[in-house]
Amino acid sequence: MARFLGRRLIYLLPVLVAVTLLTFLIASLLPGDLAVTILGDQATPEKVAALRAQMGLDLPIWERYLHWLWGVMQGDFGRSFRTGETVLAAVGDRLPVSLELMVIAEGLGLLIAIPLAILCAVKSGSALDRFVTGLAFGKLSLPPYLVAILLIYLFAVQLNLLPATGWVPFNEDPLTNIRSFVLPGLTLAFAEWPVLMRVLRSDMIATLQEDYIAMAKAKGLRPARILFVHALKPSSLTLVTVTGINIGRLIGGTLIIETIFALPGIGRLLVGAIYARDFIILQGVVLFVAVGFVIVNFIVDLLYAVLDPRIRHGRA
Amino acid sequence: MVALEADVESAVAAPAARRRRVGPLFIAAIAWIALIASAAIFAGVLPLPSPTEIDMLGKRAPPSAEHWLGNDALGRDVLSRLIFGARFSLTVGLLAPVIGIVVGGFLGMMAGYFRGRLETFIVGGMDVLLAFPPLVLALAVTAYLGQSLANLTFVLGVLGIPAFTRVARAVTLSLSEREFVTAARALGATHSRILLRELLPNVMLPLLAFFLLGVAVTIVVEGALSFLGLGVPPPAPSWGSMIGEGRESLDLAPQLAFLPAGFMFATVLAFNIVGDTLRALTDPRAGKL
Amino acid sequence: MSEPLLSIEGVSVDLPTPRGPLRAVDKVDLALAPGRTLGVVGESGCGKTMLSRAILQLLPKRAKLGGRILFQGQDMASLSAEALRRLRGPELAVVFQDPMTSLNPVLTIGTQIVETLQAHLGMDTSAAAKRGAELLAAVGIPAPEQRLRQYPHQLSGGMRQRVAIAIALSCEPKLLIADEPTTALDVTIQAQILDLLAREQKRRHMAMILITHDLGVVAGRTDEVAVMYAGRIVERAPTAELFARMRMPYTQALLAALPRLDSPPHTALPAIGGRPPDPTRPLPGCSFAPRCRYAESDCRDVKPALADPDKAGAFYACWHPLP
Repeated sequence: MARFLGRRLIYLLPVLVAVTLLTFLIASLLPGDLAVTILGDQATPEKVAALRAQMGLDLPIWERYLHWLWGVMQGDFGRSFRTGETVLAAVGDRLPVSLELMVIAEGLGLLIAIPLAILCAVKSGSALDRFVTGLAFGKLSLPPYLVAILLIYLFAVQLNLLPATGWVPFNEDPLTNIRSFVLPGLTLAFAEWPVLMRVLRSDMIATLQEDYIAMAKAKGLRPARILFVHALKPSSLTLVTVTGINIGRLIGGTLIIETIFALPGIGRLLVGAIYARDFIILQGVVLFVAVGFVIVNFIVDLLYAVLDPRIRHGRA
Repeated sequence: MVALEADVESAVAAPAARRRRVGPLFIAAIAWIALIASAAIFAGVLPLPSPTEIDMLGKRAPPSAEHWLGNDALGRDVLSRLIFGARFSLTVGLLAPVIGIVVGGFLGMMAGYFRGRLETFIVGGMDVLLAFPPLVLALAVTAYLGQSLANLTFVLGVLGIPAFTRVARAVTLSLSEREFVTAARALGATHSRILLRELLPNVMLPLLAFFLLGVAVTIVVEGALSFLGLGVPPPAPSWGSMIGEGRESLDLAPQLAFLPAGFMFATVLAFNIVGDTLRALTDPRAGKL
Repeated sequence: MSEPLLSIEGVSVDLPTPRGPLRAVDKVDLALAPGRTLGVVGESGCGKTMLSRAILQLLPKRAKLGGRILFQGQDMASLSAEALRRLRGPELAVVFQDPMTSLNPVLTIGTQIVETLQAHLGMDTSAAAKRGAELLAAVGIPAPEQRLRQYPHQLSGGMRQRVAIAIALSCEPKLLIADEPTTALDVTIQAQILDLLAREQKRRHMAMILITHDLGVVAGRTDEVAVMYAGRIVERAPTAELFARMRMPYTQALLAALPRLDSPPHTALPAIGGRPPDPTRPLPGCSFAPRCRYAESDCRDVKPALADPDKAGAFYACWHPLP
């Protein structure tokens, strides 16, 4: 187990280095002069030269990379030249919002997926099953931003039930806070449920063929108990892992939704930085998201390994 | 962007669950693709009003004899913009995966055939690329490089490489064990001959099926970028940008958002159906090849 | 005989397959009185497991059931799902072949015993747990309270089967079906388990159907034996009578194929040559004819019916029974 951990860690480090390098290169090799962009219409040749010297833009690239990397490892991701706030502070402010959205989205996705999966597994092969599976397939062709438009039209414009925008921090007003997450959470949940449903459904179909289910029936247990206690539990392993993976993958996937619903998360921070050509923030956020992504994937890989012997253990 | 990953997982892991008959749905999908593609190709010669001509007096006008689907928020003809938008979305949608299939297919076959250090290097490189959430990377790069058809195609193409590499590598791995490869090697065939003559024809089929799925994903991602105003530069129409603009008019003229959304959905669904059916038919692990 | 507990009349089970319908069980007639033991013996694939599933009404979804099965005078097919559910446990119980797959791997032993008691006897959890421990002790499991908290994979094969038996007996059923209860176990444990079953059966005056492929298992432990081949009963007689005088050549071949302690070392086992017939292609005559030493032309042409011409209480389906 320790050896497995060690090997994965050794693999992780070069990937992290490569990610940071790639992020840095993308930012540095862009056409145009960063100093000119920052100074904007105040740019004069002298000021540009001075700023370049101050930012170290004249140094060879590898030196700049190492400077930057050193700064990053000390927690200095840079400072926005527009707002003056540090990247770290900006991200720290926005991260909880994105996390709240991710968790709510995944939770709502499960709420939709689990009953549907159980229903389809029990009535596998029936018209209902084929309909739901078809729905899930069709849903793959409907990206979140289209679902968002639909939901906004239905609930905000027509029915006026839920707000399309308007977020307040949780500690200020919990109810409005949660309400503002309903539509965006639902939008992402619609994107999540097909995968979750498919995974649970196929596991349950396999479990329902097992001898111990026939045994449970032969013992005269109630159908509800057989379904939820005997069948659901052994079938949930893949679902749990996929849920975990998906929450991690949602990092960066909340981008569009946050923009549409005006939620102050990391995604919106990124898009805002792009509109404003705030490259420091842009670079810092991309790095942050990418590194987070890599680490989450690493943890998920670990989880697989931890859960694996138990699978082998329990299902001889 | 879970869609891309989910497609890879399901492409490599579980093809059996889906529909495999060439049924009426398949025919309808092909028909729609043919229709929209022809409209896009012949857009220039069709009797359509200009897609970029602004008419502030006719803002959000309902359908009329002159404008069959009405006007958008700037008075431009909706139908014309839909068709020219199809041209843009389909161009990016078809060209970008070409980069993916060529480069990804090549790298994947190399990795799957030669194994060893090369494989580790290629797989590692793909992992680095995959470490960036796709939309984030696409946004960042187009922000740096500027918005243009070429840049967009390039970025989306590069983003698709890891997925194609994975499929090509998985297929090559499973095929390399088969007898016809061992036989070729025993007959003294060189590596390039085996790769080109024996493996490539068999790898092409699943890759082509995956290509169609890639088209669907690319249209969606391009739509997302354009939706945010970071795809095609205005005033050129794209379904994504039309949806984004239509969002402003949801209360007054919802069709401005829903018409392009419907077109995009239908097209993406059509490519998904065709690609999925083809993939179920050409899965090498079914043992039919 | 007084009203039989279980009456199987002309029961058939058909399964749809790509090659056509498969007749797994072909017009079987059996009866079982309360407190008596019936042994059902046959090779793998002879239909004995399908028969047990038919009795339990646990056939696969696509299977078609023909004939009637009467349990305590009631036609089981006419029972509602809820009535059937209430039967299972208190009236009718089963022990499956492989306890590793018949016990749920993610639930504790305790849960699996207690839930049965709670479902049928309405006990509260602590009372059920106590009763569960008593049951485990009764089937010979040491340290029963600890076992309640353990999972199936933490016990040995023999222990697991004892647990399955404890679960089956927990609601005092009138009929226990034991489907190859010892096949998945070590030979050394087999006798213990069979003795346990026999002991409990006598104690509770319970009827039992013992299904096995091993004739040796039913000798001395059953009141009546039915031999199945290719979905049909080919011989049926009181146990002592069957072993004293076998009439159907198949039964004799089965007995001869058993290894014996008193035969010299390296004695070749007279295995029955050939294979059971393809159930999707039933033969016109006797199903055993292709492999039978004594087969004659009429054996191949006409299927013998199960009959008792000698009025000895011993039924057999053979044109040329053993002398």
